[in-house]
Amino acid sequence: MADVEQPPTLEDLPVLQVDGLTKRYDDLTVVDRVTFAVRAGQTIGILGPNGAGKTTTIHMILGLVTPTAGSVRILGRAPHHDRGALEQVGFTATYVSLPQTLTVRENLRVFARMYGVRNAEDRITDLVERLEITHLADRPTRHLSSGQATMAHVAKSLLASPRLLLLDEPTASLDPHAADRARRQIRRIAAEEGLTLLLTSHNMKEVEEMCERTLFMRDGSIAAEGTPAELYERFGASGLEEVFLTIARNEEVV
Amino acid sequence: MAVGAGVRADVRPSSWGRISGVMLRQMYLYKRTLHRWLEAVYWPVLDITLWGLLSRYIADTDPSSRIGFGLLGALISWDILFRAQQSVSVGFLEDMWSRNVLNVWSTPIRAWEYVGGTVLVGIVRVALGAVIAITIAGVAFGFNFVVEVGLPLAPCLFALLLMGWSVGIATTAAILRLGQGAEELAWALGFLFQPFSAVFYPVDVLPAWMRGIAFFVPASHVFEGMRGIVLRDAGFPARELAWAFAIDLLYIAGAAWLFSWSLRQVRQRGLLSRFGE
Repeated sequence: MADVEQPPTLEDLPVLQVDGLTKRYDDLTVVDRVTFAVRAGQTIGILGPNGAGKTTTIHMILGLVTPTAGSVRILGRAPHHDRGALEQVGFTATYVSLPQTLTVRENLRVFARMYGVRNAEDRITDLVERLEITHLADRPTRHLSSGQATMAHVAKSLLASPRLLLLDEPTASLDPHAADRARRQIRRIAAEEGLTLLLTSHNMKEVEEMCERTLFMRDGSIAAEGTPAELYERFGASGLEEVFLTIARNEEVV
Repeated sequence: MAVGAGVRADVRPSSWGRISGVMLRQMYLYKRTLHRWLEAVYWPVLDITLWGLLSRYIADTDPSSRIGFGLLGALISWDILFRAQQSVSVGFLEDMWSRNVLNVWSTPIRAWEYVGGTVLVGIVRVALGAVIAITIAGVAFGFNFVVEVGLPLAPCLFALLLMGWSVGIATTAAILRLGQGAEELAWALGFLFQPFSAVFYPVDVLPAWMRGIAFFVPASHVFEGMRGIVLRDAGFPARELAWAFAIDLLYIAGAAWLFSWSLRQVRQRGLLSRFGE
């Protein structure tokens, strides 16, 4: 019998496909023809100096910023035209905050409704337990430390068992111990739930620890990408920090 | 593939779910913040007490005059419009103040669902203030607003609510577009309509140029109709209500367009991100 080409299924699609993504404000180009794909279960890190375009890229993926050109597809759906695409996406960042007067549990209930989580109470109880913040669940978020608030934000981003988790500098405001703890929890839950992760960071250790591939952005473009081993070899570096400095200083990029 | 995961989320997204999320967030705010209760209860009580005393003074001066009752009814009705407007615009401000805007807009929520949630919470808030004001007017000042206006009260108040919501949506659109510096609009814009709404005086009192503008303010038709009932025992204000609802529809359509345009603009200009700063 002749081979019949099967149409691609949802599982065949990259969880995230970014093609030629560009953002210009008048004469200023902040993201320039960025293209990459993230496959199911991958953890990809975006590194780059301030103003490299990392956060704008994340915001375009989330539909918070409209691209000037290019496209974003989340499991084949374009969030700029189809907000349902965001049902599969969890997001947290160091610069957002949950309403301070509400307790952690109340905030999670609110977002559970927004994402359509029917078993909200069970999911919340389970998440706060796995993130080890059960004792904080009924505390107003204004009484949380930065580390505790980060874990509450992570719980919010995980509520709907998303396929894609976007973390924009998730540990930027944390001390090394709290950041390490947060990273461990996120990695564990990502593994348990089969999550696909895209995270931005200034923290080389974080990216080395968590990501199998790294995109280096500079001046809005992807200046280099690859696995840590590929990048070390290409830049003759012993760590991502050296790679980062080479790229940030605009030295020769292979 | 998930390995050893705990409880997975059973996700069945719906518009109502997202609307109820916006409502729940506002309800929790009321549960946890005393000053929101003060705002919902304190101002209606204070206003109705002051104006009730004024109406009593007018009645003492001229026992045949019903102007005092007219003023009380106008105050209660204006408060309903103003609170409806505030519930929408302050609902958005709450998210802005708590740096929650990006959290909300990174969910699958649609613009109309967000606005719908704030409108529905507003109904509860407006109803609470109105019940308190109507009760005080009846018990303390002998003005039974519901009986005085009768059947037309429901469509009159609904026409005012529609105007309040549309001004609230337009205000939110302006804050969204102009940023936190424009938050005063949440309080100021509603009052801009007050002189043209002929709340406490007939439209005839207005100078000609203001009468021209007042015609395009739904509240002016509603207040004319209600004044006719309370002061002159006029019948059902069908003509006034028809104008009010027709202009309300234009207001709602205009406000919805403005909100949608503002959201598009802030997304194109990357301005939504500033609400996270």
